[in-house]
Amino acid sequence: MELALVLGVPLLGALLMAGFGHRAWAPEANAMMSLATLAAAALLTCRVIADGPFTAFNEQVFVDPFNVFLAALTAFVAFTTALFSRPYMRTEEHHKRVNSARLRLYHSMYQLFTFTMLLTLLSNNVGLLWVAMEAATLSTVLLVSLYRTPASLEAAWKYFILCSVGIAQALFGTILLYFAAEKVLGPGGNALLWTHLHAVRGELEPTVLSLAFVFLLVGYGTKVGLVPLHNWLPDAHAEGPTPISAVLSGLLLNVALYAVVRSKVLVDGALERNFSGSLMMGFGLLSVVVAVFFLSRQRDIKRMFAYSSVEHMGIMTFAFGMGGPVAAFAGLLHMTVHSLTKSAIFFAVGHASQACGTQDMGSIRGLIQTSPTIGWGLALGTVAILGMPPFGVFTSEFMVLTTAMREQAWATPFLLVALGVAFAAIFGKVQPMVFGEPGVQRLTHGPALIPVFVHLAIVLLLGLYMPPYLVDWYRQAAAFIG
Amino acid sequence: MNTAGPLSSQLVNLLAALLLLLAFSMLAQRRVLSLIRLFSWQGAALAASTLIVAYFTGQAQLYFSAALTLVLKVILIPWLLHRLIDRLDVRWDVETLINIPTTMLVGIGLCIFAFALATPISEMASTVTRSTLGIALASVLLSFLMMIVRRKAVPQVIGFLAMENGLFFAATSATYGMPLVVELGIALDVLVGTFIFGIFFFHIREQFDSLDIRHMENLRED
Repeated sequence: MELALVLGVPLLGALLMAGFGHRAWAPEANAMMSLATLAAAALLTCRVIADGPFTAFNEQVFVDPFNVFLAALTAFVAFTTALFSRPYMRTEEHHKRVNSARLRLYHSMYQLFTFTMLLTLLSNNVGLLWVAMEAATLSTVLLVSLYRTPASLEAAWKYFILCSVGIAQALFGTILLYFAAEKVLGPGGNALLWTHLHAVRGELEPTVLSLAFVFLLVGYGTKVGLVPLHNWLPDAHAEGPTPISAVLSGLLLNVALYAVVRSKVLVDGALERNFSGSLMMGFGLLSVVVAVFFLSRQRDIKRMFAYSSVEHMGIMTFAFGMGGPVAAFAGLLHMTVHSLTKSAIFFAVGHASQACGTQDMGSIRGLIQTSPTIGWGLALGTVAILGMPPFGVFTSEFMVLTTAMREQAWATPFLLVALGVAFAAIFGKVQPMVFGEPGVQRLTHGPALIPVFVHLAIVLLLGLYMPPYLVDWYRQAAAFIG
Repeated sequence: MNTAGPLSSQLVNLLAALLLLLAFSMLAQRRVLSLIRLFSWQGAALAASTLIVAYFTGQAQLYFSAALTLVLKVILIPWLLHRLIDRLDVRWDVETLINIPTTMLVGIGLCIFAFALATPISEMASTVTRSTLGIALASVLLSFLMMIVRRKAVPQVIGFLAMENGLFFAATSATYGMPLVVELGIALDVLVGTFIFGIFFFHIREQFDSLDIRHMENLRED
């Protein structure tokens, strides 16, 4: 019942918005639909806490501590982003960057995107997971090119081609997985169900599974934004509307990483040596190191934070690659805090660039004097994402680092240097934007800053004190994947 | 399970060889209209091989799969592409980044790589069509190569669709097809993807007055 609601509400919202997404009340309706999804996700979470994991709809959909936690996070950030998107898109309309037809497309695809992400998370069928992931790409492509400028078309084309090719590799991986599973489970629908695969993972053919994992990692890794497959990510983030940058960074990358981790659990069961873990650590560390050196070269503020997302996805991939309960716990925590912090930053950045009429960091100056709340939001968000205590990002990065020191000592210097470089690059650029001499106009629609501070408050809370039930929850999920 | 006779595996092998041949000729083809024709032939070969596997193994869902391939890959998508090209009035020859003989040589290298990769897996397959997994992987890689060496948007899309053909072939040849719900989902995604590609073509042309991807190389790190 709750499952049907979680998936049904955004789907209904997409249909509704396809018809009425250009009306004056559409942004509010969009936020209401997202709120309803969040409520449904909260109910689902309560049920999982009470009753434990379960499957539904002929076992095609399932819920366990790992995915319900991500589904709740997805629904939450989708809701706050919808709140942020209200004044943001109104201002864009006021600036004549979008017309009513495109607003309709925007609102409809926003809901559809939420639906596809939730379906990816909750799907028990790894084939269906692939389909939902591809649908998530398709629903955001036209949003990246919403402004129809040459740069945005180019970004969307790149996003489309790279992610489609990537995801085609993942399909080959899925076929190989089915090929291995069919021998054990017999032909038919059951051989692609994750719960069944998980039960027999020890019997699956190791050579096939290791090849399948390579394809799955490359395929879904393209969507995670792992170096060297990250090329689409900065462009898509910089050229699309900011609410889309926020959900891409905060949610889609997480969902793609979720798919990788799900595959890893299966492969680890079949293989004796830590093949998948080594691959993930390698890709993760490479992403961290390469991304931070691109940070200092950026001029566009959204591009810079997009590279920061590549860096953080790298840290998570590395953490999940190390494996073990502590590293998996840190990875999950980092997923949560990164998603909240990065979307908060994008909210602040969106308002800041609207107020200054540019995304060029050289032209954004003195936010703290003209619009103090935007300035503080950006400053605090930056401090949080750079891993300063007492924010939650510090906690998770600290756990990753200490685990790395114990288990993968060779990687620690790389991680430490990368974090230092990222700090210097981002802080050096954000500081004058916040505190420099002002040159900012007033926004036509009052900015929505409540989401920014709510997100940052949660991240702060997670850094200072983690409620015991949340710790339990993370532990369960970590035990499941670690 | 392995009741089908040598005839069926001979036929499927024949069609597999045809599929690979078509992938190579697409790599060598300069004209867009011929490229679309080759693409629909490839779809036909795929549908035929699925049908043969379905007939000899008695898997009812593979009939669906064959019908789906026929409707989608042989009729609907080529028709959409034709219409698109008529509407956009672009019948130019295809420019390639590297010349065609070199591309073919690289293609042969990819084939060898694909077969080397697929051999250990093929040996474990219990299906009648196991020797075709290498061919499927090879045609996926060849389509990939085609996407890399083509300058224009339409051939890139055809390359992408041909890649999907290769994947479908891998699914039928190695595993008797994926479960139907998955196959329907994939087909839907391919169709929606084609539509979005179509919309894109118009936007790109509006902005750049051409479908040449070279105009879209401004976003890069300096």
